Amino acid sequence: MKKFLTCMIIVTVLFTMLVLLTGCSSKVVINVYNWGDYIDETLIDEFEKVTGIRVNYKTYSTNEELLAKMEAGGSSFDVVFPSDYAVSELIKRDMLIPLNFDNIPNYKYVDERFKGKEYDPEDKYSVPYFWGTIGILYNKDMVEDPVDSWDILWNQKYKGQILMKKDVRDTMGVALKKLGYSMNSTDDSELAEAKAILSAQSPLVIGYYGDEIRDLIANGDAAMGVTYSGDAMDLYWEGFENIDYAVPKEGTNIWYDTMVIPKSCKHKEEAEKFINFMLDPDVAYRNVEAIGYTSPNSEVLKRIEQKYPEVFELPAFWPDDEILSKSEVYLDLGDHKSKYNDIFTQILAE
Amino acid sequence: MKKNLRVLSYPYTVWMAIFIVVPLFLILFYSLTKGDIHNISSLEFSLESYKKVLEPLYLKVIRDSFLLALVSTMICLVLGYPVALIIANTDHKYRNLLLMLFLVPMWMNFLLRTYAWMSLLSPNGLINRFLTMIGLPRLEIMPGKVAVLLGMVYNFLPFMVLPIYTVLSKIDKHVLEASSDLGGNRLVTFMKIILPLSIPGVVSGITMVFLPAVSTFVISGLLGGGKTPLIGDLIEQQFLFSRNWHFGSSLSIILMVMILISMAVMSRIDKNNQDEGGKAK
Repeated sequence: MKKFLTCMIIVTVLFTMLVLLTGCSSKVVINVYNWGDYIDETLIDEFEKVTGIRVNYKTYSTNEELLAKMEAGGSSFDVVFPSDYAVSELIKRDMLIPLNFDNIPNYKYVDERFKGKEYDPEDKYSVPYFWGTIGILYNKDMVEDPVDSWDILWNQKYKGQILMKKDVRDTMGVALKKLGYSMNSTDDSELAEAKAILSAQSPLVIGYYGDEIRDLIANGDAAMGVTYSGDAMDLYWEGFENIDYAVPKEGTNIWYDTMVIPKSCKHKEEAEKFINFMLDPDVAYRNVEAIGYTSPNSEVLKRIEQKYPEVFELPAFWPDDEILSKSEVYLDLGDHKSKYNDIFTQILAE
Repeated sequence: MKKNLRVLSYPYTVWMAIFIVVPLFLILFYSLTKGDIHNISSLEFSLESYKKVLEPLYLKVIRDSFLLALVSTMICLVLGYPVALIIANTDHKYRNLLLMLFLVPMWMNFLLRTYAWMSLLSPNGLINRFLTMIGLPRLEIMPGKVAVLLGMVYNFLPFMVLPIYTVLSKIDKHVLEASSDLGGNRLVTFMKIILPLSIPGVVSGITMVFLPAVSTFVISGLLGGGKTPLIGDLIEQQFLFSRNWHFGSSLSIILMVMILISMAVMSRIDKNNQDEGGKAK
């Protein structure tokens, strides 16, 4: 009896291993980890068809989540999409592999304006994917006052109709900017002030959400909310005429989402093929049409200018130069991160 | 033969050791240390994260989660017991159909069902549109505690009904007949026979609802708008966003202790009841 069972177990284990091994060798699989709702998913199928590389696609909702998963280890990612400050943290912690641009010829389409940014000064590790701002998405039927300042998010009149982002940098950043401070402040008294106005705002806020904000506003569940410019573009393309997006005059956060290859990558060449594919003007153009965000691809921008010149007037697609000059890119906070996190946890728990 | 069968439990024992016991010790380890988690040698013993749990703000979160879980368990019991009784007393032909009706919604992913509640309950959601249409005042419960409670009761009710139903359906019908033969009316039969015999089901129902309710985090995030954080939300936040493993681990340990205490209380009740049952025989 015992022998029989032992045999059974050995056979089962061998069989499982065999299946797993053959599964691996037949095709290269790359693990792509991206923000939710952030790609035209038909492009993934097309990439698989063209290259024969299989893509295992997964999503996350904030940079902190991506960093936490990468930090926890145990999973290997081949291409991930961190934003600026997350890129600098990853570079600092030596968690990225320099890209081999010989395998990414389409990099030539990236507009010069999006190269040599502070987070990756030599453009060694990252390729920009999309860029944009955060701002106030609002329903014109529900908001009478002009939306041009972060102050409106503290207006008692809109009690119970304001949505804030469940994202530590965005929520803290808005408070700091409203106070006239830098969104990257590490000064204790400035952070204490930001905390004070966020707790004062908390009774007015109906909820702290992530990607749900776009749908809640489109559905008329709330009058206004802090969100990404791309959400506004998405609603614009879908024809929501009563929804508008404003970038407050105090300035805002400009963000650059990038494609990078982490050290845990097992198929670097294939990962570079994926990055190159996403930079192809046709592919990148289709991607913009599907999800609405603003591309850093010069060829794509040219085509959009020809086909939809009017979108360059929208602050959600192309923010005003004057506001841009007052805006900031998030920087890696280093050891000060925990201060931000503690304040944010306390605001949510109140 | 018995010895041979024990071999069958080895895979599970190994599985448990690797995936349950080792992680438990890791959590305990992280909860009792401070320092950079990437550099294990830099970690030093510290009760700092437990001290943090004792801050009034977090104690309030723990109290809220406990209360919400308790209330939702009570509501599930009050709603679930009669349902279980009705199903158990239904004719065999329809009983399976009723059970199916109860189980089918559970085939759907619970996240999806919670999103569905969101679009039903939201300020401009289906329910409110309907209420406005027929001229009634709007229902303003989402996001908020009431909506979270509703989401919990909805999601966990089947875990209360099923164990109670199982116990009720196994009660020997002759016992009930004996009761009425001896002049017991329906109320007496219920109080003296059905209720005591169904306590094991009630106990396991309470445990099965309370455990997921006290540790849930998605429901409160979606239906509570992040403003009714529960201990599960705090833990999620520490690991996914703040990357403070020490604080997250100490919160997890506290949650585990809470759960252990409640389970101990429940099993005491169960045991007392079984002793009584024994005496009656």
